[in-house]
Amino acid sequence: MSENHFEPRIVGFLCNWCTYTAADTAGVNRMKMPPNVDIIRVMCSGRIDPEFVLKAFALGADGVIVSGCHPPGDCHYSNGNFKTFRRMPLLETVLAQYGIEKERFHWGWISGAEANKWTQLVHDFTEQVRTLGPLDWQHELASKED
Amino acid sequence: MMDVGRHPNIELLTYSDVIGVSGYVGQFKAQIRKRPRYVDMTLCTGCGECVDACVYRKGVPNEFDAGLSKRRAAYIPLNGQGVPMKAVIDKDTCVWLSRGKCLKDCVKACPTGAINFDQKEEIVELNVGSIVVATGFEMFDPKRLSAYAYGKSPDILDGLQFERMSSATGPTKGQILTADGKKPERVAIIHCVGSRDEHANRYCSRVCCMYALKHAHLVRDKTGAEVFEFYMDIRAFGKDYEEFYQRVQEEGVYFVRGRGAEVVVLNDGKLQVKAEDTTLGIPVQISVDMVVLETAMEPQRDSDKVASLFSISRSASGFFQEAHPKLRPFHTNTEGVFLAGTCQAPKDVPDTVAHAGAAASEVLSMLSRGEVVISPTTALVDEKLCSGCKTCIALCPYTALSYLAHNGTGVVQVNEALCKGCGTCAAACPAGAITARHFTDQQIVAELEGLFKPSAMAKELASI
Repeated sequence: MSENHFEPRIVGFLCNWCTYTAADTAGVNRMKMPPNVDIIRVMCSGRIDPEFVLKAFALGADGVIVSGCHPPGDCHYSNGNFKTFRRMPLLETVLAQYGIEKERFHWGWISGAEANKWTQLVHDFTEQVRTLGPLDWQHELASKED
Repeated sequence: MMDVGRHPNIELLTYSDVIGVSGYVGQFKAQIRKRPRYVDMTLCTGCGECVDACVYRKGVPNEFDAGLSKRRAAYIPLNGQGVPMKAVIDKDTCVWLSRGKCLKDCVKACPTGAINFDQKEEIVELNVGSIVVATGFEMFDPKRLSAYAYGKSPDILDGLQFERMSSATGPTKGQILTADGKKPERVAIIHCVGSRDEHANRYCSRVCCMYALKHAHLVRDKTGAEVFEFYMDIRAFGKDYEEFYQRVQEEGVYFVRGRGAEVVVLNDGKLQVKAEDTTLGIPVQISVDMVVLETAMEPQRDSDKVASLFSISRSASGFFQEAHPKLRPFHTNTEGVFLAGTCQAPKDVPDTVAHAGAAASEVLSMLSRGEVVISPTTALVDEKLCSGCKTCIALCPYTALSYLAHNGTGVVQVNEALCKGCGTCAAACPAGAITARHFTDQQIVAELEGLFKPSAMAKELASI
C-alpha cells in the first residue's frame, strides 16, 4: 500500500426514523457501499446540535453528513426537520469561516424507503471527500505556527 | 351508528366542530363549537313535516346523493336516515335566515314547536382522557383531470354518484338510468381516477378496484348492459375478493387492460372512451351511454388544520401519520390520540371496522389501567443551569415545555407525558441545561471520540 493512499473518515448523523432506517434497509438488502461513513444515530435530525458537526471535524473527520426526514410532512416529530433546515445553512457559513470546504459537509433528506439514495450518497460523498484529501487541520495549524 | 345514538354512555355531538385541544393524555380539554341547527333536539321527532313545508322548493344539491337530487333548506340528513334522526335547517339556504323574509311554513307545520330560529352557536368544553380521530376521507374531484370530461355530460358519473344511483334510497330508487331516463346499453367503468397517477395522487386508493367490480356487477344485474372496465391492474386483495373478481368476469364484463385515457362527449351527447389496450397493444375507442369514473379516496381538505389541532403529523400523501406502519397502525405520536378509519389511509369497510375497533379497545384498556406507560426517552431540564430564556419552548412540536416562574426567576419544565424525546430542545439550549435522555451530548461526543481514537479503524483502513 502506498503512503499516499487516503481513505476519508466521514461521520453521518442520521435521524432514527428516516435516514437511519434507509441505511439499515440498505444493509439488510446487502447493497454495496464504501465503508467510510460511520453512523451516529439520533432520534431526530432536530437533535443534531451544530456543535456535534464541529466536534466531528475537530476530532478528525474529513467529512460530515447530516440527514433526516423529507420536509414538510415526513418528520416523525412533526417538524424537527424544519429546525435542521434552519440550523444547517447557518452552520455552513460557520464552517466556511473555519476554512472547511463546503464540499466536506452534506445535509439533506432521505426517507426510510430510499435505501438506494443513501448508498448513492455514501458513494458520491466519499468520492467527493476523497478528491479533496484529508482535512488535517492540526497539521496545517502546526505548519502555520512554524 | 343507530346503536351509538341510543347508547346511554355515548354522548353524540353532531353538527359540531372541535376548535381547540389542550392538555395531554388522560386530561385533554377539548373546546367544541356546536353550530345552531335551529331545531330543538329534545322536541323534534324527525317526522319530516317541516321538510315538506319548507318554502325553498327550488332546492340545493343534496350532499348525500352526491348532487344527483335536491334537498330543501329544512332537511333530515342522509335522506332521512341520519343519526340522530332530527331535522336541521341549513342557514345558508333558509330564506328566513339568509334573507329575513319567509312565511315560515315550517314553524307552522311542526307539530311539536321544535323550530327555533333564535338558536345561537354554543361553545362547550369537555374534559376527556383520550381522543379518536375518525374524520374520514374526501372523494377525489374528477374535474381536476380534464381528460375525463367530468361535468360536461350528466352521464359521466363519479363512483359516489353511481353508488347513490344504484341505492334503493337514492334519487332513482335504485334504477340505473342515463340522463334521458333510459337504461344504458353500454357502460364504461374507468379505474384509478385520481390514484396511481402522477398528475393526481401517486398512491393506490385500494378500494376502487373492488367497488368498480361491484358497480360492474350491478350494471350487469340491473340493466344487462355491456360493461367495459378500463383497468391497469385489478387489486383484489381481501378475503373472497378474488372470487368476486372471477364471478364478475364470468358475468360477461369486458376487461380492457389499460388506463382510460380520455372521455369525449360527442355532438349527439353520446360518450366515447379512448384507451390503450395493453394486452393487445392497440389503441381502442368505445362508444358508451354512461361512464363511471372510479374516483380515489383523498385526505379531507382541512386535514392540515385537524393535524395541527391534535398535534399529529401527516404522511406525504396527506393522510394522518400512524406511529408505526406495522406495529402501531392506529396510534399517533401524540399519546392518547388515536386514528380510526380512512383518515389514516384509504381502507375498505372491513379494514375500517377492524382499525376503529382496535383504536376503541386501546382507549378502553388505557382507561381501565388508569395509568400510561411512556417512553423513557424524554428531555430533562437541569433547573440549576436553566436561565429561563424560553428558546426551547417555541421549538417543541408537542408543547411539552412550559415556563415556570418562581422567586423572580424562572425555569422551563418538561411535561413527560407530552415529550416524545426528539431532542430538538436539547440541541438548541444555549446553556446546555437540557439533557435528551439516551442521546445526551456526552453520549454523542463519546461516540465521536471513540470513532477517532487513533487505533482501531485507522489501522484497519491502513491495512486495506
